Amino acid sequence: MPSAVLFSKISRHFGAVRAIDDLDLEIAPGEFFAMLGPSGSGKTTCLRLIAGFEQPTSGHLEIFGETMEGVPPYRRNVNTVFQDYALFPHMNIAENVAYGLMIRGVGKAERLRAAGEALEMVQLPGYGARRPGQLSGGQRQRVALARALVNKPKVLLLDEPLGALDLKLREQMQEELKVLQRTLDITFVFVTHDQGEALSMADRVAVFSDGKIMQVGTPQDIYQKPRSRFVADFVGSSNVLPPDFVETLTGLSLWASLRPEAITITDQGGYEAQAISQSYLGGSTRLGLSLNGLRLNAVVPAGKPVPESGETVRIDWDRNALHLMEAS
Amino acid sequence: MRSDRNTRAPVSLKIAAAGGLLFMHLPILLIFAYAFTTEEKSYQWPLPGLTLKWFAVTWNRPDVWQALGLSVRVAIVSTLIAVVLGTLCAGAISRSKFFGRETISLLVILPIALPGIITGIALRSAFNLADIPYSFWTIVLGHATFCVVVVYNNAVARFRRTSGSLVEASMDLGADAFQTFRHVILPNIATALLAGGMLAFALSFDEVIVTTFTAGQQSTLPIWMLEELVRPHQRPVTNVVALVVVMVTVLPILGAYYLTRDGDQIAGHGK
Repeated sequence: MPSAVLFSKISRHFGAVRAIDDLDLEIAPGEFFAMLGPSGSGKTTCLRLIAGFEQPTSGHLEIFGETMEGVPPYRRNVNTVFQDYALFPHMNIAENVAYGLMIRGVGKAERLRAAGEALEMVQLPGYGARRPGQLSGGQRQRVALARALVNKPKVLLLDEPLGALDLKLREQMQEELKVLQRTLDITFVFVTHDQGEALSMADRVAVFSDGKIMQVGTPQDIYQKPRSRFVADFVGSSNVLPPDFVETLTGLSLWASLRPEAITITDQGGYEAQAISQSYLGGSTRLGLSLNGLRLNAVVPAGKPVPESGETVRIDWDRNALHLMEAS
Repeated sequence: MRSDRNTRAPVSLKIAAAGGLLFMHLPILLIFAYAFTTEEKSYQWPLPGLTLKWFAVTWNRPDVWQALGLSVRVAIVSTLIAVVLGTLCAGAISRSKFFGRETISLLVILPIALPGIITGIALRSAFNLADIPYSFWTIVLGHATFCVVVVYNNAVARFRRTSGSLVEASMDLGADAFQTFRHVILPNIATALLAGGMLAFALSFDEVIVTTFTAGQQSTLPIWMLEELVRPHQRPVTNVVALVVVMVTVLPILGAYYLTRDGDQIAGHGK
């Protein structure tokens, strides 16, 4: 079976700016795939290349084995949920959802029935007669989702789908998106700058920086075994240890990452460090430490005593938690 | 913070404002009043008597009908040209970025900033140089220069308010460029086009200066009125026509105002 999406040596340059540079990527059918990266890292350009709003400067793009060279957006079996939802303001919700079917010439009764079903699927039954302006942000998001899914695309693209929603709604939508993706068995590709979102929703994550993919892997891989300082830094607030310090620990002069939750406060052994800062996170407290001038973050679970600033504490970590990185 | 309580205007300001408004609008009412006068050789005040006969006289004058017909036809054709060209131009300017975009935008708007007499002289010498005889189409061409601007300004404002991702969403959902225009762009800019078109019609209908240079021997309604004013007989006929012209031009402007009052400026109003 061919890949859902296949990038071979794709570049997209805007003048001197290399939005995407010589990129290879393979997304499997039925996968929930996240493109994670800071703004300007090329992840949105990647999405627009798949949708067909951009053409690669060089390289080759395939969707389910078919080349996409010269294929306009309206001939691709791909639909997009836009960041600003892009609902048509002059149509009601049912007409919005039925738009793709109308364009394909599906009869009115049939397409309105399908739109009604799609609205039920996103838990907005009976909203068909309303106007986009009458809905909340979360509801508009669901309409945008229904409008894309009603066309039964092979690949669904989501551009920062949850960015504009508040925390509670975001967590709820994360769950629903996951359930929808499993039941519909459609390949989902979504772009986000929120690492928590990428890790919790995706089967695999690609971390972008400067038009290149720094690492592709499962959320566990990305989180526990970052390959470079950038990934360790960007995905969670990992402690990045410099080679000279790592050499004293392991004998190898390599950069290493150490997760905050791997650091524990002990009574004896380990290393002596100064507590610098505390931020209360609810379920735990993030503790800032200085180990001979090296800044470290640790996590103190709720219920354990939190050291005061300036206090000297002994810290230690499991040697296996130290992850050596191949790249700098 | 401004307090609403202190915004009551003093009586003197109110009187001044009322005076200003009366000064602007009373003469127009006077024109209407003379349409009903019994004196035909000069304008007397107070009116020596009231009559409706000038309406019948006007109705039976073929030169009035000819001028009115020409004006209406010119206005319709110029408006159509303006709507098509103005929309295309607004779409190009607001949808894409290209070298010289700002220059083109300025060049499109320029005719409305230029005094009509310059436009008129320029067109006249151009027609002479190219040996183009004066015709219906030379008048239309002159009017189209400023009608395009009105439509363009209205359309460009609406295009800016219409999110660009709507077009992408439409294409994403399977619509080609034509379907996207028909189902998404047009419904979103329709009222702006209607408003721009109505203004363009009104501008064309009462245009004098450019027309005098491009009409040759033909008379549009405003030009016919100018000629008629200096003749000593049946003067109130001009007033009857003026009444009709005001009705024909004010209604579209009011319509344009109501169609666009939620947000859009009626751009190019001041020609």
